Amino acid sequence: MSDATAASPIPTAHPRGKSSLFEQDALTRRRNAAETRFRLYGLTAIVVSLVVLAIMLFTIFRDGTSAFRQASLSFPITLDAAILDPNGNRAPEDLAKVTTIGYGNLIGQQFANFLAAEGIAVEGITDRDISGMVSRDAPGRLRDMVLANPALIGQTIDFTAYATGRIDGYLKGRVTMETAQLDSNVSVEQLQLADLLVERGILSVAFNSGFLTNPDASDQRPESSGLGVAIIGSLYMMVLVLIFTLPVGVAASIYLEEFAPKNRLTDLIEVNISNLAAVPSIVFGILGLAIFINFAGLPQSSSLVGALVISLMTLPTIIIATRAAIRAVPPSIRDAALGVGASKMQTVFHHVLPLAMPGILTGTILGLATALGETAPLLLIGMVAFVTNYPAGPLEGGVLDPATALPVQVYSWASRSDPAFIERSSGAIIVLLGFLVIMNVAAILLRRRFERRW
Amino acid sequence: MSVFMLLALVAVFSVAGYILCRQRALKGAAATGQKLHSLPNYYGWYGFVMASVPALLVLAVWLIAQPLVIERQLSGFFPPEMIEDDAARTLLFDDVRRVAAGLDVAVAQGALTEDQAANIRTEFGSIRDRLATVGVALGAEVTPPVLQAAQDYREMSHIGALGRSILTVLLSLGGLALAIRVTKPAFRARNRVEQVVLALLILSSTIAILTTVGIVLSMLSESLRFFTMYPAADFFFNLTWSPNFRGNSELGLLPLLWGTLYISFVSMLVAVPIGLFAAIYLAEYASPRFRAIVKPLIEVIAGIPTVVFGLFALVTVGPFLRDYFAEPLGLGNSGSSVMTAGIVIGILNIPFISSLADDIINAVPQSMRDGSLGLGATKSETVRKVVLPAALPGIMGAVLMAASRAIGETMIVTMGAGAAAKLDLNPFEAMTTITVKIVSQLTGDTEFNSPETLVAFALGMSLFVITLGLNILALMIVRKYREQYE
Repeated sequence: MSDATAASPIPTAHPRGKSSLFEQDALTRRRNAAETRFRLYGLTAIVVSLVVLAIMLFTIFRDGTSAFRQASLSFPITLDAAILDPNGNRAPEDLAKVTTIGYGNLIGQQFANFLAAEGIAVEGITDRDISGMVSRDAPGRLRDMVLANPALIGQTIDFTAYATGRIDGYLKGRVTMETAQLDSNVSVEQLQLADLLVERGILSVAFNSGFLTNPDASDQRPESSGLGVAIIGSLYMMVLVLIFTLPVGVAASIYLEEFAPKNRLTDLIEVNISNLAAVPSIVFGILGLAIFINFAGLPQSSSLVGALVISLMTLPTIIIATRAAIRAVPPSIRDAALGVGASKMQTVFHHVLPLAMPGILTGTILGLATALGETAPLLLIGMVAFVTNYPAGPLEGGVLDPATALPVQVYSWASRSDPAFIERSSGAIIVLLGFLVIMNVAAILLRRRFERRW
Repeated sequence: MSVFMLLALVAVFSVAGYILCRQRALKGAAATGQKLHSLPNYYGWYGFVMASVPALLVLAVWLIAQPLVIERQLSGFFPPEMIEDDAARTLLFDDVRRVAAGLDVAVAQGALTEDQAANIRTEFGSIRDRLATVGVALGAEVTPPVLQAAQDYREMSHIGALGRSILTVLLSLGGLALAIRVTKPAFRARNRVEQVVLALLILSSTIAILTTVGIVLSMLSESLRFFTMYPAADFFFNLTWSPNFRGNSELGLLPLLWGTLYISFVSMLVAVPIGLFAAIYLAEYASPRFRAIVKPLIEVIAGIPTVVFGLFALVTVGPFLRDYFAEPLGLGNSGSSVMTAGIVIGILNIPFISSLADDIINAVPQSMRDGSLGLGATKSETVRKVVLPAALPGIMGAVLMAASRAIGETMIVTMGAGAAAKLDLNPFEAMTTITVKIVSQLTGDTEFNSPETLVAFALGMSLFVITLGLNILALMIVRKYREQYE
């Protein structure tokens, strides 16, 4: 070793005389270049993730905003007594004997007659094509209208019906003449007629509140499907989750932070909570299926079971947030309360808890926001079912009725074949994200308003 | 008396308990001139607790136990061979319950008198038709033993309900009376009430344990049932997955496990570099202003529900990869593929890794950085040679946790990975995962007695064990790392 060092002179990376702070040598340049590259990698990573986020939100909004607007046809319709009330006595049971098929024929015929009278025609279009432009949801609605108000029979009313999904898609640019030629559900003539109808103001696209209030509809009529049942289901679930998790979560956190002795049981609980927070959500679905449905016999697809499963899932999150909030209350508060003679329990409930409340509520709202978007466990307990009846009011046992939830509706629409449902699915996401934004903003405001520095 | 009525009654007694005990304590103090031991409200709460807690506990136990007891009693009606099989037994008792419920409805609507409902026999005509007139639809004609069992079921339920009501009311009243008796100024009401509250707190905190126990028990028992129908060795080592609801299914775990691990691997390839570099930039380079804006923005990704990512995979990423990569390269023409699901899960995991890594990098003591910079290292050299090695265990922990999340992710793979179970290396092929198959085996109308359904529980158990193992490993690594600096 010593020979080697003695033999070779000390390596001179920086030849004396040429070295200057203003002139970088090769090594420094390389090192600085590496520094810039490294910095650039970091910046790229951030840019990439933000760009992907932006693309995702952009595609959702591009596809979804049109779900809130819907093409509908409005035309006068004469409710012919000979067809709707063949016995002529207006008795409800006789009226109910006329099925939606009868109403469907009436609507198709009247629509074709109306177009003929207005002189709107397209060469080569059949009557079948014309009546096929009206949504299959229209006969049922007209029938309900007539049954609710038999006095309408014999009158001519202005009727507004959804146009079918394909016509709607044409007005929104999803369907074109080229795709129509390949599509058995729509013909080119229908689209030409649609153009004429738009000119005359019979067919128009307008805001569709039905998207928020209607129940789900079958594959055949995407135009009349809506989020009504899903929103009610999600609402029920969130209220129940709040009722189940907040008291239990706060109680558990108080025990663990303020009372629990350091022993095996406490350790076990702590380990359990942190592990539960990391268990895949689908496992909770299996648990719900096995325990709440198979063992306890609660009804499938009900918001109660959904809420129970999601509560178990959300509880660890809420406990972790609540414990942090309780821990943030300084010990001096407790000491002061104990010093003037309060019991431990009084200290906690009269002083610590009220001071920790803003933090607890913030954590709870954020936990609920996560819970609102949860999908996988709900699929297993049957909330993906096709539900067209609104659940009953909360006092009439509505939480036991079949319902769906917003994220589940997104999934079930996305898995249908008609492209019109992709639009609906994206629209449902917009509604879902709207609720999430509201909840998060509420949490932030709460934190700002009550934030305290000790 | 319905359960709801009972609850209402107990509530009334409890409120009465609160008022009576509070008044009694105050009066006692006024009469004897003694000072109250506790604040007046505590005496009230003591009355409330005594009137409600024991009664409600008994009511809960009764509600759980009654159906089990009745079912056991009714087993005597049927020849043993009819109820040998679990599935047949469940179906039979479902029938019994349905007929009993039908009779209840018939009585409520006045189509049958209480007497008729209890004594009606199948010999005198079709029960099914009679029940149909009141709007209760039965699948098949009622057999005599089922009808008799149903009638006995009704009778026992009635007796049970009566016993339940009497016991609950008695306990509630008894508790109330006891509370009033012991309420004297010297009575240490606060201590008693606080004991009860503490018990409630402890009970709440054990729910976490109960949940874990519930998860393990429910999956274990059904998995064991599955293994009695399907050999465990086949499940763990068979290389084909082809469930067939007519029987003769091949239910091998390996293709699903392969798909799961492959997709998770791809997702980690996306998430780890991006997440890590983002964290390094935010922790070491970014100005406080930049950080304050960008960090929440990245975390927005974590707040978006996974079903949204699923739709993104299905509608945007899948077709994009197919049209611009898979088809030009001749690697396949499927929109749903390992790449689609992997990339999207990777995006989902970016904020998870970046915020965990950010915390860990920030926890590395500043003195180490200062030392390195003082020796003339550039910032990137400091990060690469000093900060990252020091933070490595923590980052490994974060990566493992992210991997466990990727393995357990359900919606993105359900919508983006496909449903074909195969052992393949081509990342542009559709493959499937454990979670996808759990969903597909358990959704829809399922009977819980075929191996094709029960396999989902075995899959769930495997998933639970894998993710739990990864998490525990991650926690151990993180904990070990923490000890170095604190």
